[in-house]
Amino acid sequence: MSAYKDIAWNGLWKQNSILAQLLGLCPLLAISTTFVNAVSLGLATILVMMLANFAISALRALIPYEIRIPVFILIIAALVTVVDLAFNAFLHDLYLVLGIFIPLIVTNCIVLARVEAFAAKNGLRAATFDGLMMGVGFVWVIGLLGAVRELVGQGTIFSGIEMIFPTLTGIQVLSEDYPGFLIAILPPGAFFVLGLLIAGRNWIEARANQRRLEKRLHDHPSSANAASA
Amino acid sequence: MTDPLEIARRESSVLRISVRTAAIMLAFTLIFTAMMAGTYKATEPLVAASALAEKLRLIAEVLPPAQHDNDLMKDAITLAPVPALGLDSDTRLWRARKGGAPVALVMEAGARDGYSGRISLILAVAADGRLLAVRVTAHKETPGLGDYIDPKKDRNKARPWITQFNGLGFDAVPREKWRVKKDGGKFDQVAGATISARAVTNASGRALAWAVENSDRLFALPADGRFETQGGKP
Repeated sequence: MSAYKDIAWNGLWKQNSILAQLLGLCPLLAISTTFVNAVSLGLATILVMMLANFAISALRALIPYEIRIPVFILIIAALVTVVDLAFNAFLHDLYLVLGIFIPLIVTNCIVLARVEAFAAKNGLRAATFDGLMMGVGFVWVIGLLGAVRELVGQGTIFSGIEMIFPTLTGIQVLSEDYPGFLIAILPPGAFFVLGLLIAGRNWIEARANQRRLEKRLHDHPSSANAASA
Repeated sequence: MTDPLEIARRESSVLRISVRTAAIMLAFTLIFTAMMAGTYKATEPLVAASALAEKLRLIAEVLPPAQHDNDLMKDAITLAPVPALGLDSDTRLWRARKGGAPVALVMEAGARDGYSGRISLILAVAADGRLLAVRVTAHKETPGLGDYIDPKKDRNKARPWITQFNGLGFDAVPREKWRVKKDGGKFDQVAGATISARAVTNASGRALAWAVENSDRLFALPADGRFETQGGKP
């Protein structure tokens, strides 16, 4: 079970695809203009990552080492095409918004990276779980990025949710005459917010390391003192 | 080292591995292509239905369905590229009739002089020469600045900018006044984002003039006919 805990921890935080590995920045920056768009693309990415990890883990014995990369890409591209068609058929309104970004999942190197680094070497359940956790790690960061950009850029949150749940509407958080802050919605804003998120993660990690170090320094002399006393 | 038998054996094993690898690659390609083809076939009717619904929804925005009683999808013609509409490929033009009498023409148009890329429009022109309504179907104008040309993004929800064209013809607004105020015309623009408004205003004026000029011929063409613009005349 602790192996699964490790997988979850790696996906959500330690090797987070965005904050730690900085993979998949192209769809990340392009689509995170609103929370709803960001999470929708993230959910599609989870789906593709789970399917890809599952399929490749299942077929790993059949894939010769020499041609593994082209086979991986073939499988990922086929799965993305299937997801793309399914979105178009069953979630058409959302497809109109995310349409051009779903094929971009193919170019999201995090999918290929997890397939190559994990799914090709692990069993079905662990591989699928890894896809899920890496995907969830992607979603919470892209969701946060989208929420911050949307709030700062246009003063709303959940705008566009009626595309998914027709009964709900977005919430105007800041006052109605908030003029908007254009740069947050434009690509530079994505880089600024992402930079702040990465800095935040590094700060938390550095503080945790510092504390660990202090604890060790503190424990060590005290045990030495106890021995001498 | 130079044992000919050994070399032959090695060569044959290289060949065998190559063929085997290629066969595996081929098998994977076939299986996954079949999977994609199967999904495509299975979702095709649904995808076509949503594309049609989307088109009907756009048409309904510029032409209320109650105003006509014919099936627009069946009473459509193909337009060869029309420079006056800003179109450089074939498009469809739908003809609305009530009791057989012409009501309106619904067509697509485009503007290339927006702030960023092409602005695609759909508009309905009544048989009496009025522009019933125009809508932006696709654009890349700056979010929060020029995108008020799309009523979904317009902050003025009660009376979005693009509705000021509704019901106007050249009798109400002369052709030379069919411009934004900044260019000495009749139509408002939002300060600081004139380029987007100017592009839409000018494109709708050009399209309306073209539709009025060609209205009789467009209505007279048989369904599924093809409308050619005469020899290079813009």
